[in-house]
Amino acid sequence: MKLLYFAWLRQRIGVTEETVTLPGDISTVGSLLTWLQGRSDAHATALADLSVVRVAVNQDYARAADPVSDDDEVALFPPVTGG
Amino acid sequence: MVRVQRDDIDVGAELAAMTSGNHRIGGVATFIGTMRDLSDGQSVAAMTLEHYPGMTEKQLEAIEQEANTRWALEASLIVHRYGRFLPGDRIVFVATAAPHRQAALESCAFLIDWLKTKAPFWKLEETNDGARWVDARDSDDAATARWGQTPK
Repeated sequence: MKLLYFAWLRQRIGVTEETVTLPGDISTVGSLLTWLQGRSDAHATALADLSVVRVAVNQDYARAADPVSDDDEVALFPPVTGG
Repeated sequence: MVRVQRDDIDVGAELAAMTSGNHRIGGVATFIGTMRDLSDGQSVAAMTLEHYPGMTEKQLEAIEQEANTRWALEASLIVHRYGRFLPGDRIVFVATAAPHRQAALESCAFLIDWLKTKAPFWKLEETNDGARWVDARDSDDAATARWGQTPK
């Protein structure tokens, strides 16, 4: 899976993107986020408050119950502030 | 049409290209978002807008399509910039054209309200205390909510 991070999530995690291989029991956005929290101290800090983390799967907004797989591009970012 | 670019927006040229030769148009509404030098009571010297290339265009195209479903428009345009901005700089340009003013005005407001809460852009402000990421505003969510269900 290709993971992309934006704004302060990118700064706190310390990388723009990374490629991961999902364990077999990770099949939803919600379980992916929980798994990522345990990936490093930086991930844990950045993802401590999931109420300010938005997720897009293949460039569409996704919710906790939505499915994910190794073929997906998943982006994590804070609530948007454009316009 | 949707475009994401670093360069400044030539409003006159954009409007001319959008409406040229279409005489069914009876009204054109526009919105231009510009950078302020004050944010949450603090002066801001400059700002950088980061975005998610690919998703930005996809989300802007989705809402433009939604606007064209809700209103009978003759033309619509969203141009959003990214990069570093100084106070007064243009950030976003939205234009809609329709046979009558109501559809143009309403759809223009719809587009800017929606893109503020859905298009993946993030503002990093440069202040005297250093750089800070702008928080999303509840008032923007409320502005989007008044239009009812929008595409996910």
